[in-house]
Amino acid sequence: MHKKLRIKIFEKASLCRHFETNAYKFSEKKLIKIPIYLSAGQEFISASLATIINDICKIKPLIFAQHRCHSTYLSFGGKIDNLIAELLGNYKLSNTKGMGGSASIYSKKINMFGHDGHMGTQVPIGVGACFTSKKPTIVFMGDASAEEDYVLGALGWAATKKLPILFIVEDNNLSILTEKKVRRNWNMHDVAKSFKMKGYELNDSPSEIIKYQKFFFKEPMLLNINTNRMFWHSGAGKDSDQIFDRYLNEKKILGKEAEKIDKKFNSTIKKKWEKHLEKL
Amino acid sequence: MGKTLRETIKEIIKNHLKNKKGKVFGQCLTAVGWVGGTLPELYEKDGMIELSMADVASGGIVTGSALMNEKPIYVIRYQGFNWYNAPMIVNYAAKSKEIWNAPCPVFVRGIGMEGGIGPVAGSSHHSLYYRMPGLKIVSPMTPNEYKKIYNSFMKDDEVYYVSEHRGSFNNKIELKNDIKGKKDFVIIAISITRFEAIKAKELLEKKGFKIGIINILWIKPFKISKASLKCIINSKFGGIILDDDYVDGISNSIANKLNHLTNKKIFTMGLSNKSAGFHKKVDNLPPDTKQIVKKVISIIKN
Ligand SMILES: Cc1ncc(C[n+]2csc(CCOP(=O)(O)OP(=O)(O)O)c2C)c(N)n1
Ligand SMILES: [Mg+2]
Repeated sequence: MHKKLRIKIFEKASLCRHFETNAYKFSEKKLIKIPIYLSAGQEFISASLATIINDICKIKPLIFAQHRCHSTYLSFGGKIDNLIAELLGNYKLSNTKGMGGSASIYSKKINMFGHDGHMGTQVPIGVGACFTSKKPTIVFMGDASAEEDYVLGALGWAATKKLPILFIVEDNNLSILTEKKVRRNWNMHDVAKSFKMKGYELNDSPSEIIKYQKFFFKEPMLLNINTNRMFWHSGAGKDSDQIFDRYLNEKKILGKEAEKIDKKFNSTIKKKWEKHLEKL
Repeated sequence: MGKTLRETIKEIIKNHLKNKKGKVFGQCLTAVGWVGGTLPELYEKDGMIELSMADVASGGIVTGSALMNEKPIYVIRYQGFNWYNAPMIVNYAAKSKEIWNAPCPVFVRGIGMEGGIGPVAGSSHHSLYYRMPGLKIVSPMTPNEYKKIYNSFMKDDEVYYVSEHRGSFNNKIELKNDIKGKKDFVIIAISITRFEAIKAKELLEKKGFKIGIINILWIKPFKISKASLKCIINSKFGGIILDDDYVDGISNSIANKLNHLTNKKIFTMGLSNKSAGFHKKVDNLPPDTKQIVKKVISIIKN
């Protein structure tokens, strides 16, 4: 993978990471008073996909995500100020006037549709939107929401109709704290294949994700991307200190340039949050 | 003679597909029967979309279509299936405008019928939608009512639950309120019970009672004219709401509203509080003429 591209992806991931670190901090300090679902640890999925789809393919897809969606919103170009405002309870400035919170982010600007809070509903709804509009559509789901019966039904229909749709399973192995092996003995990429669509399992390294670019939106495809959630299911806290951190790993591989980016976002995003706090 | 309600719906759908470039979604639409003859013989290329048998997912697929401003019509062949079809309609389509300012209008055709068909296929289930915000519930039983509702939907950007009944598909007649003069008692009827209400009124009037009739087309928001309210206020004994769903839902809620608005006692009559069986003896049917007459007389006499 070209280093320039990898840096570009790192840049998006860095924005997401520093956003989440601040959200963590202000949630801990109780300055964020609503439940938040932090995507730290998983940001390379959205950062890679957004870079490939928006910047390389020049495609602006319809986006359907679920509760853990800060990184999706930020990577695909959602305005950071509006999300900070939403989380801090400045409802006038938020995209959804306080209705969306952390879990139901909506942005007309980037074609990101809100989530209703029932995990997995974004899959059939995204399929319907794609079927009707015929526009390239990307649908994110967790490894747990993938198990919803209506998700499976919708995947089957999308495959039957050969839609230009990309299903991304952000597989952090957890449904809140229940591990995948407790819940099922099957894999989502196998399910996709049995529905006669392309289905692959991979990890969340940008160099892995980009390998599938050639199939994006040509036909239905499902990527089950194994990843790691750094923080609690909801709110500020850590389940473990042993979690593999893709962000630190990429920073190490990319060296000085990445360190510079990391430093830059560390300071600019902190400032942005502080500015919003002053307005409260 | 004018057209039947069946022909009217078929024409509206044909126009929706051909001239409005809309879509109609549902299960088993293009098989024998064409949903009681209410669909034109058109196929996927014309916008008549066969869904799979994944009922819950399909409600979501239609919701997604509505998000794209296509104003889809969603056919639910028996209202009881709504337990599986409604989740994303009520939790997403109906809320999308309020939460994200992203209208998601779906025209849900929920079709009722009954008589020896058991607890799922039988009766209307419009109360299932009733408690949720962001949607409208109507029950047109005549050609003009149906046209009005469709036109209203096309100008609107909200979800409509259209509670239809196969028993009305042959109807050509516009049903009118009777609210003139001082009444002893007023029958306020919803859906298929509107036809029984007319027969009950005739029988009761033969027995010397003056009976008013109010037809309810708009269930949510509940619409009733001032003149109709006045008719209830001026009545001697109040009124009764008839429904072909269970009374714990729409009828009891409307009765409560009318009690407050009119200061008169409003009774309710709908399905019995039990599951319908298939045999005549254990079926659960909407109130018929005889039962309505008996109930009204007992109210008046007590
Ligand atoms: C229909 C429904 N059932 C249950 C829940 C409760 N719930 C919220 S998040 C969650 C786990 C989601 O896990 P996953 O989809 O893997 O996403 P992750 O949180 O891991 O990102 C559950 C069970 C819900 N929101 N909706
Ligand atoms: Mg998970």
